Amino acid sequence: MTGTVVLLGPQRLEPTVRDAVAELGVEGRLALVTAGWEEREDDDGELVEHLEGRAVNLNAWSRMEDVFRRDPELLAGMRARHDRLRELQEVYRERLACTLEAARKLLTRAGDPALLDPEREAAIEDVRRLDAHHLERVHALYAGFDEEWRVGEREAVAQHRAEVRALLDDCGGLCVAGGHVAVLRNRMRALDILGGVGDRPVFAWSAGAMVLSQRIVLFHDSPPQGAGNAEVLEAGLGLCAGVVPLPHASRRLRLDDPTRVGLFARRFAPDACVALDARVRVTWDGARWTPGEAARRLMPDGALADLEAA
Amino acid sequence: MTLAIQQLERGLQKGPADVDAFLAEHDFPIVEGSKATFAWRGRADAVHLRHWIYGLTSSQPFHRLNGTDLWTLVMDVPPTSRVEYKLEIVRGDRHKLIQDPLNPHLATDPYGANSVVHGEGYVRPDWVEPDPEARPGELLERRWRSDVFGDVRPLTVYLPARFRETRRYPLLLVHDGADYLRFSAFKTVLDNLIHRLEIPPLIAALIQSPDRMTEYADDPRHADFLVQELVPQLESEFPLLDRPDARGLVGASFGAVASLSAAWRHPGFFGNLLLQSGSFVFTDIGEHDRGPVFDKVVDFTNRFRAEPGTPAENVFVTCGQYESMIYYNRSLVPLLQSTGMAVRFVEARDGHNWENWRDRLREGLSWLFPGPLWMVYE
Repeated sequence: MTGTVVLLGPQRLEPTVRDAVAELGVEGRLALVTAGWEEREDDDGELVEHLEGRAVNLNAWSRMEDVFRRDPELLAGMRARHDRLRELQEVYRERLACTLEAARKLLTRAGDPALLDPEREAAIEDVRRLDAHHLERVHALYAGFDEEWRVGEREAVAQHRAEVRALLDDCGGLCVAGGHVAVLRNRMRALDILGGVGDRPVFAWSAGAMVLSQRIVLFHDSPPQGAGNAEVLEAGLGLCAGVVPLPHASRRLRLDDPTRVGLFARRFAPDACVALDARVRVTWDGARWTPGEAARRLMPDGALADLEAA
Repeated sequence: MTLAIQQLERGLQKGPADVDAFLAEHDFPIVEGSKATFAWRGRADAVHLRHWIYGLTSSQPFHRLNGTDLWTLVMDVPPTSRVEYKLEIVRGDRHKLIQDPLNPHLATDPYGANSVVHGEGYVRPDWVEPDPEARPGELLERRWRSDVFGDVRPLTVYLPARFRETRRYPLLLVHDGADYLRFSAFKTVLDNLIHRLEIPPLIAALIQSPDRMTEYADDPRHADFLVQELVPQLESEFPLLDRPDARGLVGASFGAVASLSAAWRHPGFFGNLLLQSGSFVFTDIGEHDRGPVFDKVVDFTNRFRAEPGTPAENVFVTCGQYESMIYYNRSLVPLLQSTGMAVRFVEARDGHNWENWRDRLREGLSWLFPGPLWMVYE
């Protein structure tokens, strides 16, 4: 059973998670995942203080470090998987560059819409197909790994899973901070953190929000190197549906470029690409989204619009 | 396009009031398309614009507008250019170099400050300005006793924000480090690029030589100082990644020569080189004409061209199109590429100066040390 999921804008400078927790009337302790911060996982003082001392860090990053120390075989297996995933991502990225470039060229090409529009749609469909193909390949790789390694049955993992489950049993909700999106997803998955959450509310921001969605989309329109092609990384943990969370969208995306905005929105449709900037909040009740103040989504016409309940 | 100065010349009475109005109505130099109009007002026998653009006569004469005390010069300044200059005021036998009193834009360097004109489209990068959201790193000031050189010299160590002893960091060794800090906003740049995730958190050792023209000119002691003395000591004191691909050398002008020379003398020790406007003067035949201070540089560059080896894995080369070193750097790039190293070469419409080197840091550092931009969302 899935409870309420609240996706928030970045919390470092303008924290809002305490208000979100209060408005849902969550009582008791709050489990905290800061595994995306990696070795700084325990540097959670400001966040714990903001949460009025109610947070208990599940230490997901350091727990998995302990697993790797005790189970070097599993570590080697995960590293091999990581290498395969990285190579797969590179291959996908090569193909994506050409496919996206073609779509961008057609979207900005002048000419008769009657002639061009079907070609534009087909070009975007090519991108969608490539994204879907990549997700399938990554999923197959994970499935093969799970089948071979049965991570949850390994002694060190099982022990930590049990400890995490016990901590979660004692909490009224879960908070998932941002950081390194792949590290966060992998550690939450390995420790089956969502398996212990049940119908408790979950509050997530930045990479945490990305991890809870159905697919993780990496994005930056103006990187110092490269074309800035948004790319699908892998499936998220799927706690909420129908949204592509875009933390720091105002900083990372050229929201004043209608071609890029429109392509982004059309590529990931029907999911709503939501700009998760500071103070933004959107709430998922298991079936539909309720936008909070300032929640905006990228539109197919290249504009930004208020996110409507859906 | 009719330039503003042409309008003044054509239609007006050219009295003091017209000149007053002209000066009040415009920001100077007036940049219109690819033309820049410089102006100076006062009594003089001649006025010149002194610049360091290679290929142009370094002194460009102003012309006095008939019947006025307004001196003007129209010069090509292509889009995105940065040109540093001074005005030379001639009165009798006296020649006085001054900053342009009508232009508030200054660029500082170890010799003082120059006026600077920005061509159309030049934008001062926002990442060279302090960002209140960026967590600041820390500068540690040290005195370094060098056995190689037998003296004590300053060393500044940059530690990134949220530095942790339990993490291991890449290392940048920066020649003329104090100048990079002062004139190229190096600390601000590192703070911002790390904050933006465009480079990873790293440690930088900023060195300063008391005799750079000797020590940076392929002095074997300098290479030994870096490899046998400085890096081992830094590795014992700070949590550094002990891998060539996590080490980089940065240098401009003679500092770039020192960087390439050190990497060449110790191939494979440094994985990454950022060479800015390197003074890589060489000769194909005969003697060079750069003066004795370049003797060792020319000797090194000629030897390097004969046997480049593979000094590093990645080399980022930058140079200004308006400096004499552009010829040598353009010539060097194919040779670097032929060694199998990954080479990136960037030219800019700028000169041999610290703001040119500053403006190229983002592209160079993020290429040599890519940050976790795509994977981290905080």
